[in-house]
Amino acid sequence: MSDGTYMSWFQKLMPSRIRTEANNRRSRNVPEGLWTKCGACNSALYRPELERSFDVCPKCGYHMRIGARRRLELFLDEGARSELAENVQPVDALRFRDSRKYKERLVQAQKGTGEKDALVVMQGGIYGIPVVAAAFEFRFMGGSMGSVVGEKIVRAVNVSLQERIPLICFSASGGARMQEALLSLMQMAKTAAALGRLSDAGIPFISVLTDPTMGGVSASLAMLGDVNVAEPGALIGFAGPRVIEQTVRETLPDGFQRSEFLLQHGAIDLIVDRREMRPRLANLLAIMTHRPPPNVKPLATVT
Amino acid sequence: MMNLNCLDFERPIAELEVKIEELRYAGNDAEVNINDEINRLQQKSRQLTEQIFAALSPWQIAQLARHPQRPYTLDYLQRIFTEFEELHGDRRFGDDPAIVGGVARLEGQPVMVIGHQKGRDTKEKLLRNFGMPRPEGYRKAVRLMQLAERLRMPILTFIDTPGAYPGVGAEERGQSEAIAYNLKVMAELRTPIVSTVIGEGGSGGALAIGVSDRLLMLSYSTYAVISPEGCAAILWKSPEKAAEAAEAMGITAEQLHKLGLVDEVLPEPLGGAHRDYAAMSEILRAALLDALAKLVDIDTEQLVQQRYERLMQFGSYRE
Repeated sequence: MSDGTYMSWFQKLMPSRIRTEANNRRSRNVPEGLWTKCGACNSALYRPELERSFDVCPKCGYHMRIGARRRLELFLDEGARSELAENVQPVDALRFRDSRKYKERLVQAQKGTGEKDALVVMQGGIYGIPVVAAAFEFRFMGGSMGSVVGEKIVRAVNVSLQERIPLICFSASGGARMQEALLSLMQMAKTAAALGRLSDAGIPFISVLTDPTMGGVSASLAMLGDVNVAEPGALIGFAGPRVIEQTVRETLPDGFQRSEFLLQHGAIDLIVDRREMRPRLANLLAIMTHRPPPNVKPLATVT
Repeated sequence: MMNLNCLDFERPIAELEVKIEELRYAGNDAEVNINDEINRLQQKSRQLTEQIFAALSPWQIAQLARHPQRPYTLDYLQRIFTEFEELHGDRRFGDDPAIVGGVARLEGQPVMVIGHQKGRDTKEKLLRNFGMPRPEGYRKAVRLMQLAERLRMPILTFIDTPGAYPGVGAEERGQSEAIAYNLKVMAELRTPIVSTVIGEGGSGGALAIGVSDRLLMLSYSTYAVISPEGCAAILWKSPEKAAEAAEAMGITAEQLHKLGLVDEVLPEPLGGAHRDYAAMSEILRAALLDALAKLVDIDTEQLVQQRYERLMQFGSYRE
């Protein structure tokens, strides 16, 4: 599976990107591949049915990675949603170059995902409760956090503060973006500081950790939820399993750094199935903001 | 005798110094012209050092930042502060010797001092876990910072770590949360914070005690989002490209100062801090006093607001 060292989103970017892109291609050109295979149980899945179950395998419950925009579309009420800070775009302040130029990597990621950077923020509702919701796009350079992601989180917080409405963030990231060097490290402090203000104002922040949430994102905004929620089976941690294995020179226990492991060790509040995410978070938010219970309909899709 | 504690590019200097020592030893037998020769060699050594240190690459600076003889937090504590009382433990799990902290006086004024601590010999290196803190280290640090806030003491932190420890126990006890929590708390502490990178500023493990009103760096210290070796392994697929990664990331005090991420670069004595602990300590003491003097009179609300605004302007983007 994925490895998420502090910065090793790139190592895992290659295999996982191939996998994710393959999934995506199928979803966009249905006639070409009406059937797909579950990465966990190998069951043949009917693509439209998989989409109806939010890209969770109806047979085994495996949560496949999904893009930021689809995530927010699935999560927020239809209709009244608007994107925030959509024009904030990356610049290559350091003229960073490794085997390739950062600029080229950005262009490639932008073409591949249709996003300007690795975070999408929207204002909208969930069962009528007004919220600001942000989601990481993992296919954009491993969901890495650079200046744009940091700034957009701050803008999201500011709208939450102004409107006094809760903030929800779906994380999926390998960590800080190496190509922005120390600027990206500072985004950890920047986002944490902004969330501190939200916390002081008594406005709830729900952090949803999805597969994977590692490194600098895990060690800043993602772990600072008033309520930390994880999707089942997500890899969540500070250092990546491979780095830890190399350091301690022993095999890691089964399920190490998975959601269930974090729940057991007290790092997260609860694990919620993606298919139940909307009603469960709506219920939580309604209680946390002193609202009447939302009109949550029974779920049709859960097997 | 060859000094094993010296870097490749320091070797010519070390060799000259060995020669000077030998001459000194021989000089005891009272030859007349030996003093002149010693003076000549000393001058040559100084010129050579100046020459070598005038053109250090970022990778060489990274090596200096990790120099086995570089002064560590406790070395500065001894020389700059008085009446230091080390305070231990996070009150939750344990005490992490990779971070030291406690109350002390700086020119008579009570302060809270917190810093990463590396070990000098093998035994101490293990005890200090090579300066790589576990969650209990960060939780001790934040406990002491909150104490300082209540007692209205300025906080001085010293950064010198390869990074937060990547271990099983550290993950189990919430390394991510420990770091994240510190970032959030430090941003709002109602007391002045001055952080100084004295050696290695290793990523989140460094930043977790580094959110501050003033950020100082010694001239041969580094601060980066990942180690040059780590960056090279991932982006170049080869750890041997560490020198190139160090160059690309701009990890040196000078480069970070240019980017506006660091407020002040403190010059090191000729040949680096490890060549003269006393001189380095004096430079650092003066810089800390100066930084504090700029902060102590600022109204608390304004101080916290300034720190917040400073954090908010970090980043480079367009729209």
